Order: sequence, then structure tokens, then C-alpha cells
Amino acid sequence: MKHRYLPMTEQDQKEMLETIGVSSVDELFADIPERVRFQGEYNIKPAKTESALLKELAGLAKKNANTDEYASFLGAGVYDHYKPVVVDHVISRSEFYTAYTPYQPEISQGELQAIFEFQTMIAELTGMDLANSSMYDGGTALAEAGMLAAGSTRKSKILVSEAVHPIAKDVVKTYAYGQSIEVVEVKATNGVTDLAELEAQIDDNTAAVMVQYPNFYGQLEDVTKVSELVHAVKGLSIVSSNPLALASITPPGKMGADITVGDAQPFGIPESFGGPHCGYFATTKKLMRKVPGRLVGETLDEEGRRGYVLTLQAREQHIRREKATSNICSNQALNALAASVAMTALGKQGIREMASQNIVKTYYAKQQFEAAGFTVAFDGAHFNEIVVDVKTNVTALNKLLLAQGFIGGFDLGRVDEKLQNHTLVCVTEQRTKEEIDAFVQATAAQVAEMEAHHA
Amino acid sequence: MHKDNQPLVFELSREGRVGHSVPVLDVPEVDLASILPAQFIREEAAELPELAELDIMRHYTALSRRNHGVDSGFYPLGSCTMKYNPKMNETAARMPGFANIHPLQDEETVQGALELMYDLQEHLIEITGMDEVTLQPAAGAHGEWTALMMIRAFHEANGDTQRTKVLVPDSAHGTNPASAAVAGFDTVTIATAENGLVDLEDLRSKVGDDTAALMLTNPNTLGLFEEDILEIADIVHSVGGKVYYDGANLNAVMSKARPGDMGFDCVHLNLHKTFTGPHGGGGPGSGPVGVKADLIPFLPKPVLVKTEEGTFHFDYDRPQTIGRVKPYYGNFGINVRAYTYIRTMGPDGLKAVTENAVINANYMMRRLQPFYELPYDRHCKHEFVLSGSRQKKLGVRTLDIAKRLLDFGYHPPTTYFPLNVEEGLMIEPTETEAKETLDAFCDAMIQIAKEAEENPEIVQEAPHTTVIKRLDETLAARKPVLRYEKA
Repeated sequence: MKHRYLPMTEQDQKEMLETIGVSSVDELFADIPERVRFQGEYNIKPAKTESALLKELAGLAKKNANTDEYASFLGAGVYDHYKPVVVDHVISRSEFYTAYTPYQPEISQGELQAIFEFQTMIAELTGMDLANSSMYDGGTALAEAGMLAAGSTRKSKILVSEAVHPIAKDVVKTYAYGQSIEVVEVKATNGVTDLAELEAQIDDNTAAVMVQYPNFYGQLEDVTKVSELVHAVKGLSIVSSNPLALASITPPGKMGADITVGDAQPFGIPESFGGPHCGYFATTKKLMRKVPGRLVGETLDEEGRRGYVLTLQAREQHIRREKATSNICSNQALNALAASVAMTALGKQGIREMASQNIVKTYYAKQQFEAAGFTVAFDGAHFNEIVVDVKTNVTALNKLLLAQGFIGGFDLGRVDEKLQNHTLVCVTEQRTKEEIDAFVQATAAQVAEMEAHHA
Repeated sequence: MHKDNQPLVFELSREGRVGHSVPVLDVPEVDLASILPAQFIREEAAELPELAELDIMRHYTALSRRNHGVDSGFYPLGSCTMKYNPKMNETAARMPGFANIHPLQDEETVQGALELMYDLQEHLIEITGMDEVTLQPAAGAHGEWTALMMIRAFHEANGDTQRTKVLVPDSAHGTNPASAAVAGFDTVTIATAENGLVDLEDLRSKVGDDTAALMLTNPNTLGLFEEDILEIADIVHSVGGKVYYDGANLNAVMSKARPGDMGFDCVHLNLHKTFTGPHGGGGPGSGPVGVKADLIPFLPKPVLVKTEEGTFHFDYDRPQTIGRVKPYYGNFGINVRAYTYIRTMGPDGLKAVTENAVINANYMMRRLQPFYELPYDRHCKHEFVLSGSRQKKLGVRTLDIAKRLLDFGYHPPTTYFPLNVEEGLMIEPTETEAKETLDAFCDAMIQIAKEAEENPEIVQEAPHTTVIKRLDETLAARKPVLRYEKA
């Protein structure tokens, strides 16, 4: 049966085999030894037509509770934000999404320029000198920052704050193992990195300190102090940041950070069950030639016209091969484009407005939780997340909240024994006052009922 | 096409314009200064552009017109498998139940997503002949590194800590040695024999009890099937090493030979190549890894399992795991696209994919052979490598040939790769191209070969029709300008 993605007709095939000088397709596979040749066809599901398969997929999609149908208070690294509609229209232009890496700059100026603009916007937001063209995600970007630090300082220990996202920490540890780098955790006190502990643990073999800002609990870290401490031993200050927050809060670049990484998912990129998102990597001019991944630079053509090319490629795996310190090749270019379009649509004013709404709405939710009798753990400054003690199992609570139309916060007991019965609640600009009020009320009612049930 | 520069988005900005519709604040307004300590309040706004919506669309539409994709025209970029990206994949990945779900939701609320992932794994297990698959790696190089980390953990679990070397053929992708380095291994290069295949004698002389693994793609980067694959695997296995399959070239052998039957212990796949997840201008990709049984304990966590009740959940209790290689569960959105593609093709379709891809490549190779040097004259698989050595003698380099192809509306082949071919031109047509397209491209290549003889300047000075001429890459590297700065 002919397939719509395969244009070769029987007549085509006949003519082509003649030109090749063989009488059957099988002759072209005769070099595959009999013993390894696969016989017949794969034992996989038979092909479906377009409409039949779309129907089946829609059935699978429908089984998933999504943010179109539920009011979500779940963040913890992946966020439900306003996505300007133009984003999807731009990234749906197939000149962008069906292109490969821009190896031929003369016919890839569109992509190259868009990435150059992305690099500029990320550098602006983070307050760093420069940014690369993207990484897989925030977690692997953080891990790569650690490897860069160890390589460039020739030291082998990395201190990671307990208040860094636990999943990102896991990724850092996996990468570090490969490079024989020791990862030591620095505990958090009252929801922020314990600076006294940090000072005690820092030593001459410290390649870098990693903190998250805003951190995993939504709290703002004293990055300036952290940077001072690590610079005193000639290590690097690495900060993982939600780039949206940086529209409102002091950027790491102004707080002594040497490398700022994170994920641009808040800018027009769907949650998509955790990927693909868009890691970013921003740093100082000093470390420019050690940056992993691709960099786009401005230059001139033979006739003096401004244009863009992939540059400083001597850093990259395809040139350095076994001397490479990073193996990243494919990155998240299309999502970097999505983030660029979202940042452009939000613009200088809109991005501040959106970031500040996250703070203000979260503050409102904090007040409402406290008014309803809950304790909000950690009293430092926050971005769009707070930790609420609900005095009951969070996963069980979330099941009840789901029935009322809410996706509840992250169950911190899943990652920290000390934080049993604590939920990490996220409030973005997407949540209305009505939803926040209803969520607090429903939480209070469910907790009361669960307590009564246990009493 | 007009040759005026498209201004940078920052140059189009005018203070006070708005391109967004951020929700209206409906809770009591609070001055940030009253809830944030002064040290945390950003003083200077980030200089993002200010444009109205139409001007945003015009800007990006203008940029898109300065970009060549598969939908714009033929894209025979060797080793990249630039096949058609089905539109249906895009529709599927954008369904709210796939796009708008959070990775930390209760497993009970995402059973449809887990079912799709599990079924994709099952399909990839059958296609590769492996015993288990993880979807966690984000891209091909990430998959390579993941597999090598598992091999390292396997050897260490056996007390074989002296296995520090990874063997890589000289024709391998640059990511292979780089991934080995990042996983903490030293690389040993294996020579290519005169017939374009792995030099068995060289391999034999380099394996030993320090061998952790051999990385190999089959067919290799010359587009040739390693006929001695079983012997190669035996040589490495006999000293206790593992054999790793770089799945970049799987399009050549689907339904014809499976890595798991060729003696490979693990494999990574590029779902954005063989399985039509779009390349997106350089990503996102997806690089699942398949393994044989003895590597299963070392898979990244969590591992997706199906319960006896037929539900799906993530198993985190994996004492020998290498850990997480990526937050969450991989590039799910790309995996939805690949799954949609596999289910669209079915077993007969995937077989036809490989057969048509191989016919297309051999057809082009034979049409072009009289005009360009063909260093390895035998049937190829999904791609082949020509050498521009004849043209080089006329003063026309492969780079010039590539640039001249731009004038004909084509994306050029991969150039100067693999490294063991002089002035290499690596051509991969894929199965989704019609014969007329292949013929027109061959005609252009033949014309360029004639131009090299009769009028070399036209090739040397190409491109002539693009929006921009050749760019000064030395200038870009010597005086790096990596961001816009307001004048």
C-alpha cells in the first residue's frame, strides 16, 4: 500500500534500480550478513490512518489532567504561565522548525539572528555579559556549569545548597560522577542557604558554589554574600535562576555571579510533562571561550553587510572531540525561539508587570493561608512559591483537591523527610483571586475533614 | 529576495508599545518595596524590545523567510536525516492533555501520558532488538553519554575499574569521543581499512582488559555496512568490553538488521532524525537509549513500569542506577511526535522507509559517480560520501561547491566529514524525496562539476542569489560580538 510520506512509485523504483544496476532492492542489502539479517517485519502495531490515529491519541491525552481544565498551584521548576498566542504562530512557521542547526549561514540568517536576539535578551535579564544559544534544560545547564567551573579552576569540589531543586541536584551528581568531581551539600536554614555552614565548608579545593535564586522553596538567596565567600577561595559563583523572576529582582550579574543558568520555560513554553523546555547559560566575558554549546556572533559578509554566524566553534565537541569538556550538540533552538518571541511580546514593561504579579499574588495567597490558620514556613522574601504546613499528607490532600478542580502544590515530603505535610504552593499571574480564595478554602475544608476523620 | 538586512528586534523597538495581554491584577496591589528587602529589588529594567503584535509577527515572518527548512526545499545533509516532518505530529504534541500537563502531577492524573511513553518504549525495544529502553536523554549526544555512564557503572559493579578506554573509529561523529571524555573515559582511535570498514587488525591490537567499550555506527558514516559486525562484537566481548551502537544512522537498516541482533549491548536513537521529530533549527531532540539485560540495573531513574493492574508508574527504587541524566522524563513533546510517526507508518511502512531511503541514496550515487570522485565504490546504505578531490585540482573546493548549491535553492550536503575523506561531500537524500527532486539536485551537481572545469569563478564566488554573501567567520571569532548593545 502506498504511504503519504513515501513518494516512490513502482515506475520510479524500476527506473532507479536500473540506473543503480541491480535487479531487486534486496541486492542493496546483500552486504548484511545472513546471520544478522532481520527477517520479515517488526512486531509492532499496524499503521493507522490520520483520523483514526488522531482519535486514539486524543483518547490518551484526555486521560491526563491538564491546566486547561484545572487551576494549577503546582510549580517546583515548571510553571503554568501566560503564553502569548503569537509564540505558537511563529514557531509553527516551518522555515524555522524544519531546519537543522544553521551550518550554512547564507540560508540560515533568520535562525541565527533570532538566536542572537535570544542571547541578548538572556544576557539582559540575568545581568551577565553574554549567553549561549540554549542548553537542554535548567538541570543539565547547572550540571554543565559545574563541569566548566571544575575544568577552569582545576579544583574538584562543588558545594551545592540544599535549597537547589532536588531533581537538578540529582542531575548535577550524575554529571559530576563522570568527571570525578565531589559534590557536597550545604544545608539550608529557614528555607535559605545557611551562610555560616557555607563559610565553614568552603575551602581551597572548592571549584564552585551552586545556589538557586529564587530557590526551590521560592525564597530569595543572598547571592552577593555567597559570591563573596566563593571568590575568596578563587572558586566560581554559580546561580540557577528562573529568568522571569529576574525581571523584578536584582539579577545575579549584579550579585557577583560568574555563571547564571536556568530554564526559559516560563517564556511561552508549554509544561509538556517536563520537556522539551529551554535551558540557558549566561556568563562573563572572562569565561566566554569555555562556554558549552553554540554561540552566535555578529560579523560582516564580503560586501560589508551585517550577518550572523555560529562562532568560537573551537570550544565545541565536533572540533575538540576527545578533548571536549562538554558533548552538547543538539540543543533547544526552537524553544529558544519560542522564549524570544514571548520575551518580545511581553516587552520591557510587560515582563516586569508579569513578574511583579507573581510576587504580589503569592503574597496574597500567603496572607490567605495564614488567615485560614495555616503556618507558612520560612519568612524570607519570596517570588512565586511558598511552603505551607497543611498538617496532613499532601499527596492525599491533593487527590481530594483534584476532585474540586485544583492541581495542588508539590508534596515536599517526597523529597525531604523534615518537610512531611508541607506543600510547595505556586501562584502565577494566571491564577485569579477567585481561584486563590477557593483553593485556600478548599484546602482548609479538606484538612479539617481529614483531621476529623483521623481523630 | 530583497537583500536589505532585517533590523534586530531591538532596533524596531519604540518606547511605550505593547505586544502582550498579561492578566489584570485582581488582588490588592502591594508595593514591592514593602515586601522585598531593597537589596532584591531590580533597579534597571532589562532592555527587552517594545513592539505591537503586528510588528512582532512581521519581524519573525521576515526572519523565517531568511531561513531554509525541509519544507522550503531539498536538504540532503548527510548524517542528519532531514526527512519530512509530518504535520500530524505537531497536532498531536499540541493536544492540551499532552502539552499542558506538569511532570510532578500525581501519576494517577497522567496515565495517558505514561501509557504513550510505555508503548513508545515497547516499539523502540522491538525496532532495536534491545531488552529495555529509557526515554530520558534529551538528544543524541546526551544518549551517548548516558549509555557510556551505564557501561562505566556496569564495569565498576564488576570491580573492573581499570576499564578506562573507549574505542572510537576515526570516521565517527565528533560527539562520540566528546561523550566518552565527559563520561570520564580516554579515547582510543581505530583506523578505517581500505575498503572503508573498521580495520580489524587495528581493533584487535587495541582491545584489552582496559577496554570499556567500542562505539560504532552501522552503517558507518561513509554509508557502508560493517559486514564484519559479528566479528567486531566478538573481539570486544572477548576481552570483556561492551559494544555501543550510535543510532544516528538507523534510517538505513530498519527492518533489515537490528542492533540487538548484531551484537550491540546498547544503542541510542535520534528520534529527531529517523523518527521525524523536527530538528527545530538545532533542537529540541530526543535520544532514548536501549540496553540489553545486563545493563538494565544501571538505567537512569526513574524507570517507567507497567503494573499487573495495567496502570503505569515510575520506579525510583533502583539501587544500581547511574542517577538522573535529565530533570523529569525526557523530551516528552518530541517523544509524542515520534510515537505518532511510528504508529502512522506501522511495520510495513518502516520497512519501506529504509528500502526507499537506500534506493534513493544509491540512485544519486550512481548518477553523480561520473562527475565526482567516489572513494568507496560499492552499494551504500542511506547515504554516501563523494570527494571533491577532482574539483580541488581545478581550484574549486568542496566549500565552494556547497555554496554554489545555495544558488540552486538547495541546502548543501554535509561537508568535510567524515574526516577520513578528502574534501568530503556527504549526501543523505532520505525516503521522503521524490525522484524528480533527486534528479534536479543531481543535475545541479553535474552543472557545478562542469562549471568547475569551464568557469570556476562562478563556483568560487558563490553564493550569488542569497540574502547575504559569505560571512567573515574569522572576524566573528577574533572580535566576538555575541549580543546587541545599544549604540
